[in-house]
Amino acid sequence: MDVREYIKNNITLLDGGMGTLLQAAGLKPGEYPERWNISHSQVIVNLQKAYFDAGSNIVCTNTFGANGLKFEKQELEEIIRAAVSNAKLAREQSKGTQEKFIALDIGPCGKLLKPYGDLEFEDAVTLFKEVVNIGVKSEVDLILIETMNDSYETKAALLAAKEASSLPVFVSNAYGEDSKLMTGASPAAMVAMLEGMHADAIGVNCSLGPNALKPVIREYLKYASVPVLMKPNAGLPKIENGITVFDITPEEFAEEVSSLVGEGLRICGGCCGTTPEYISLLRKKTEGLKPVDTGEKNHTLVSSYTHAVEFCDVPLLIGERINPTGKKRFKQALIENDMDYILTEGISQQDMGVHILDVNVGLPDIDEEDMMRRVVSELQAVINLPLQIDTSNARAMEAGLRIYNGKPLVNSVNGKKESMEAIFPLIQKYGGVAIALTLDENGIPATADGRIEIAKKILNKAKEYGISAKDIVFDPLALTISADGGAALATLESLERIRKELGCYTSLGVSNISFGLPSRDAVNSTFFANALERGLSAAIMNPFSADMLKVYFAHKALHGMDEACETYIDFMTNILPGLCPKEQEKPESAGNAQGGAVSDENDITPLKKAIIKGLKDQAGSVTKGLIGNADPLDIIQSEIIPALDIVGKGYEEKRVYLPQLLMSAEAAKAAFEVIKSAAGVKNENRNTKSTCVIATVAGDIHDIGKNIVKLLLENYGFNVIDLGKDVPSDDIVEAVIKEHAPICGLSALMTTTVPAMHETIVKLREKAPWCRVVVGGAVLNRDYASSIGSDKYAKDAMETVRYAETVDEEK
Amino acid sequence: MAFQVMTKNFEAPPVNPSEIFRYAFCGKNPAEDVRILAMASVEEALPVCSYKVCYVRMPIIREEGALDLGFGKIKSEGLYSNLEGCNEAVIFAATIGIGMDRLISKYGRISPSKSVMMQAIGAERIEALCDAFNREIDMEACSEGKGTVFRYSPGYRDFSLTYQRGIFDLLKCNTAIGLSLNDSMLMSPSKSVTAIIGISEDPEQRCSKEKCERCDKKDCEFRFWEKR
Repeated sequence: MDVREYIKNNITLLDGGMGTLLQAAGLKPGEYPERWNISHSQVIVNLQKAYFDAGSNIVCTNTFGANGLKFEKQELEEIIRAAVSNAKLAREQSKGTQEKFIALDIGPCGKLLKPYGDLEFEDAVTLFKEVVNIGVKSEVDLILIETMNDSYETKAALLAAKEASSLPVFVSNAYGEDSKLMTGASPAAMVAMLEGMHADAIGVNCSLGPNALKPVIREYLKYASVPVLMKPNAGLPKIENGITVFDITPEEFAEEVSSLVGEGLRICGGCCGTTPEYISLLRKKTEGLKPVDTGEKNHTLVSSYTHAVEFCDVPLLIGERINPTGKKRFKQALIENDMDYILTEGISQQDMGVHILDVNVGLPDIDEEDMMRRVVSELQAVINLPLQIDTSNARAMEAGLRIYNGKPLVNSVNGKKESMEAIFPLIQKYGGVAIALTLDENGIPATADGRIEIAKKILNKAKEYGISAKDIVFDPLALTISADGGAALATLESLERIRKELGCYTSLGVSNISFGLPSRDAVNSTFFANALERGLSAAIMNPFSADMLKVYFAHKALHGMDEACETYIDFMTNILPGLCPKEQEKPESAGNAQGGAVSDENDITPLKKAIIKGLKDQAGSVTKGLIGNADPLDIIQSEIIPALDIVGKGYEEKRVYLPQLLMSAEAAKAAFEVIKSAAGVKNENRNTKSTCVIATVAGDIHDIGKNIVKLLLENYGFNVIDLGKDVPSDDIVEAVIKEHAPICGLSALMTTTVPAMHETIVKLREKAPWCRVVVGGAVLNRDYASSIGSDKYAKDAMETVRYAETVDEEK
Repeated sequence: MAFQVMTKNFEAPPVNPSEIFRYAFCGKNPAEDVRILAMASVEEALPVCSYKVCYVRMPIIREEGALDLGFGKIKSEGLYSNLEGCNEAVIFAATIGIGMDRLISKYGRISPSKSVMMQAIGAERIEALCDAFNREIDMEACSEGKGTVFRYSPGYRDFSLTYQRGIFDLLKCNTAIGLSLNDSMLMSPSKSVTAIIGISEDPEQRCSKEKCERCDKKDCEFRFWEKR
């Protein structure tokens, strides 16, 4: 029997603890239990047989930590094969008459994935695939991915299981006392992602006892349509008279778990500290119970690696600013690979309170697939909002969906056969909520009737791919009223009918409505208010538009979606004033904050003062005021650089401390940014100095020092190519050659990564002998730096700048 | 004796601003704007920190100048002499979680001054967590009529970082507290510590208030700050 069939109609029992029992049988501290499959196979067989005898339907192979990071290829294969054969032997020997299945057990690989660890997502997928392949060859009945405490690693393992097998896959995560995974995901976020990827059962194991995990299980039961599983610990361990005991007895355990069966839990067993006795009692408690029908859930969820966002009556805001369309500065950032600019666009939208970020990086002449992968990775490293992957390029779409850590919005699919056949298989595989445009081969119907028909066609097609209606959000399309006076009315009617007749949520790119008209904000915000009134669920919009936000918060307040008008008041008092800048305030007189840096305050202009005092916003706004009346280069040469020099000297003379130096550098950067945006100028116009390639070397993931160096070098007019952290030596050499860079800056924090720095220098000497190498980082000193062949040891970022200036002058 | 890795969640230890200033290279009395930056950063950082420790108490076996604490033979004169007078040791790993790394990284991209501050707060937080844990071990030892010695981490003197691997296998840090180790022996989350606290037979010994004074790394950059 297929386990998928079995769990539909039966309460299914898993096994109990393994590690704790192996320790009792003599497993030494630090010893790998997986090796016991071969060295102590009889112990394993007896233990697994005891679980089958106790009533387990599913027993896991002793392969929790069996992966290519811990074992060589051959040993790994031997261990997994032996493990499966032990479990099969136990099944044969057990006299239990219940249905019996063997699950290939897969635990965490032990490494954290990038960007905060050093394991590439695709390498993790490959690692898990190796295990799955051996399990499939050994003919297990299902795969249990368990004790995962990171959502990204969970995704890698599930993807591997799905790509390398057609076996049923159960996925179980380990939650802390805060009801979150170690890397922050909530239960709803995990349900959204795992169901989207078609796990066959999902749930929770390890960490805590059954009662402590109750809140998590209830969240699963609230959101999950697939069967929910639970494999809790026997409470917490303590040592009594030299013996480890757990604080929940078998009776209490069985009572607590079976009470959750009454709430809809379908698959249950035990983890650390539980024994066959626990399972036996649990069997008695659950014997004869029929699964509670928890029904198909109708939550439309997207998720990030921390939380889920649910479509509901309260409308959602989707920030549209990560998109090059009509934005010169953004296009330039894409062409120049300026990730910091793109990230800043994301972070500032998050600060404005949007719920989801749209990500569109399509531009002729760039590799959109590669760019999508990079931008999604970078965004999800620092922003925890769910993303909307927005592209018409199916390959770029797949690249984004694959690398994304959660369940994204997919923008978009439409009623054309070609579109549905390209996009639905991707959603089927990676999960996602589709934004479906109500257009097809015949264009956009003028009437609501026509759009509803297309919507129905899309729903039917989605069903063929196993994608339910809850995962389709319709965009009935806003067309400009300047071309068709009835355009808005058709869209508004469609919105209402899609919600009422089809039960689906809606989304709109609101601003299209006013295309070609003057004072577009007036039309947009009025249309937005109308659309909200007709049930619009989400708007793709500019979160810096005061008019749109006013409508949004007022609508919520008027519709009982804002208790005590709290968010409305917060918006009006705290956020709106920032959106409508008052006339430029005069900078306050130089106080004593950075007084140590300033030699003669009478000589200080407002911009210089803002930079010296490290006032980012003020530096930007003063520059805005200057820019119409002065040559940008003149502002740089006579204002910004002299101000930076004052602070830089203060730092070198130890009158100014690091945070102040950086605050000034950031203020200068804000001024540069204004100049860059206003003029649309490239760095070349800034009388750019030499190109510097900088990187944190392979194996090292510390980049604070490198980022500081970058900021200061850029401020001083250098063209900086920042390769990031953990950069292989060959990539650094390649970049130096490509740019013919005269300067390369390398950073390392750990003694263990200095060899990588040495290796990079050796290669640079061979292939790019013209390049001067400056090194820095906590572990280095002058002697160490010269022993690995560098040209210069810089103790801090200012010294790097000074060195770069001397190299530049030699040019 | 039972071998059982225990895990423990701590409440947030009180924040010590002067430690943050020290780690952020701010000088003893930073300017008002730097103080404001520091306090705003603390406010943002505290909600993302968690305070987790996993640990095990093991007997110390000494053989031909090497030590065995349950994760293979250790050759380190520094650790050997540190554990003089001890028959047992607590091996622990502590972390404040991945949230701090995300903040450091986020501000590294948009505001390095804040990133430096976050990094300093992370350093202060993890040290405060280790101190809190250390005090518990002190009390446990005290109740048994024993003392403790200065906590010692891989990377101190000749106690090689490569022993991290053994500590991670012993404590199963990944499943216990979500801590992992990369090929360069770097820990993720980065604001984490592994260390060994010797349980001394001498009840008068109490560990590690005077951390800097007892540490051999005389060229540590954080000793310099007072001179600035």
